[in-house]
Amino acid sequence: MKTRVPAVNGWLNIDPAHPRLIGTKCSNCGSVFFPRETTRCRNPRCGSSALVETELSPRGKLWSYTGAEYQPPEPYVPRTSPFQPFAIAAVELAAEKMVILGQVVEGVKVGDLKIGQEMELTLDTLLEDDETETITWKWKPVAAGSQA
Amino acid sequence: MVQEVAILGVGMHPWGKWGRNFVEYGVKAAEDALKDAGIAWTDVQYVAGGDTIRNGYPGYVAGATFAQALGWNGARVSSSYGACASGTQAIEAARTRILAGLCDVALVVGADTTPKGFLAPNKGTRGDDPDWLRFRVLGATNTTYFGLYARRRMALYGATSEDFAQVKVKNAKHGLTNPYARYRKEVTAEEVLSSAMVANPLRLLDICATSDGGAALVLCSMEFARKHTANPVRIAAISTVTPVYPSNVIEMPNFSTDSAAAVPLPAIPFRDSIAHAAYEEAGIGPDEVNIAEVYDLSTALELDWYENIGLCPAGGAEKMLRDGDTTIGGRVPVNASGGLACFGEAVPAQAIAQVCELTWHLRGQAGARQVAGAKVGITANQGLFGHGSSVLVKR
Repeated sequence: MKTRVPAVNGWLNIDPAHPRLIGTKCSNCGSVFFPRETTRCRNPRCGSSALVETELSPRGKLWSYTGAEYQPPEPYVPRTSPFQPFAIAAVELAAEKMVILGQVVEGVKVGDLKIGQEMELTLDTLLEDDETETITWKWKPVAAGSQA
Repeated sequence: MVQEVAILGVGMHPWGKWGRNFVEYGVKAAEDALKDAGIAWTDVQYVAGGDTIRNGYPGYVAGATFAQALGWNGARVSSSYGACASGTQAIEAARTRILAGLCDVALVVGADTTPKGFLAPNKGTRGDDPDWLRFRVLGATNTTYFGLYARRRMALYGATSEDFAQVKVKNAKHGLTNPYARYRKEVTAEEVLSSAMVANPLRLLDICATSDGGAALVLCSMEFARKHTANPVRIAAISTVTPVYPSNVIEMPNFSTDSAAAVPLPAIPFRDSIAHAAYEEAGIGPDEVNIAEVYDLSTALELDWYENIGLCPAGGAEKMLRDGDTTIGGRVPVNASGGLACFGEAVPAQAIAQVCELTWHLRGQAGARQVAGAKVGITANQGLFGHGSSVLVKR
């Protein structure tokens, strides 16, 4: 069994039953940060250092999307050879009022996406070697009719 | 209204993929600007360099690198980095020094030699650098962000791939006779629409290339200028604004926008605030602008800029384009130089080149691409990590 590690330490909960992005929230003004801000709240009128971990909403609406048709340069590492194009989504979270980028799960093409549609967070493998599986987050369209 | 400084001389090295040392391009541009100004290099009291991060140490200390190459003359020096906005940072350093009365005449230089293909982060493993992480974790290149904006524009305003293609057609036509442009060839909409898809919905010919190039300005006090010319082009304002929290547009190289959960969005979004600050500083309105050079990293992004710099209301850019308002001969020609579509981006030189172009038009020296009667011009540009960039010039 390989050791599963998050793509970036502290950015995501890689429990398959509870995939979540982890940010921080300012205890003073309520501002939310992803990636996590740990030193000073970036609300310029706050500046508090009381930042606590918070899990972000796992669902949101598709703000925009695009596709990577050519292999990005290093440090990107392709999962397959030859490189397979993938889609990238910008998803707007209602409660946090922010947009978060992520790759779209394999098998979903740019042409399958529509701005405004519901997306949910899921986990996938970013990199793999003999001992370690590096886990990242991806966005996946919510199947029609599924429960929130 | 702030005081003005004069643009006494402008110079450029042709854009291309020459593969030579960037210093050579900067020196050539500087020599042309000095000659255009009618002053000697030894008259220059301050050198402001726009940095390149792709050419080793000399690129990080660009001001000194150019000063040394021109022959140490004891001038004060600065080197500025603001990604695509580096040139404006350098211009602003020179302008403020002149306005502070600390010098009379300054030379601003930016030049770059860029590798082929996607711009990539510097080498090495840097797990706390968002620019490194976005490539590693998301596979997000610069074109990813351009693609997101373009798709958003289609959804919000009904822009089409044909509209985007027409931006390229226009700019290719504009740049045809520009001796400094890298690409001087007409392009048809069909060619754009059949070019390879890069960052859906953007195709290869929608996206600007990366180029080698160099640009320079001689700036001076109005008093100094009067000894050389009766009616110089003047810098009326420069904007180097940063965003106001929370900024709700996803910007390179970020993974997210700011959260607006606790603080309401600012009245003026970041992109709009860039030119807005320049207009405010100059006491000039967008309705007075005759010509604009904007950063068409992609064709779709040029349309966003029409609105961001106040040439039309949000959602009005496609109509402006289709009506020919932004073509030479139209109400307010945009990218008469041919824009990045014809140049490709030479990062630290580009914002300076935008000012060179406007200067030629305001002097009536732009040749076959001359915008008739241009009196007021504006540049707009944005550097990643929140660097606004806009220069307002008038004559």
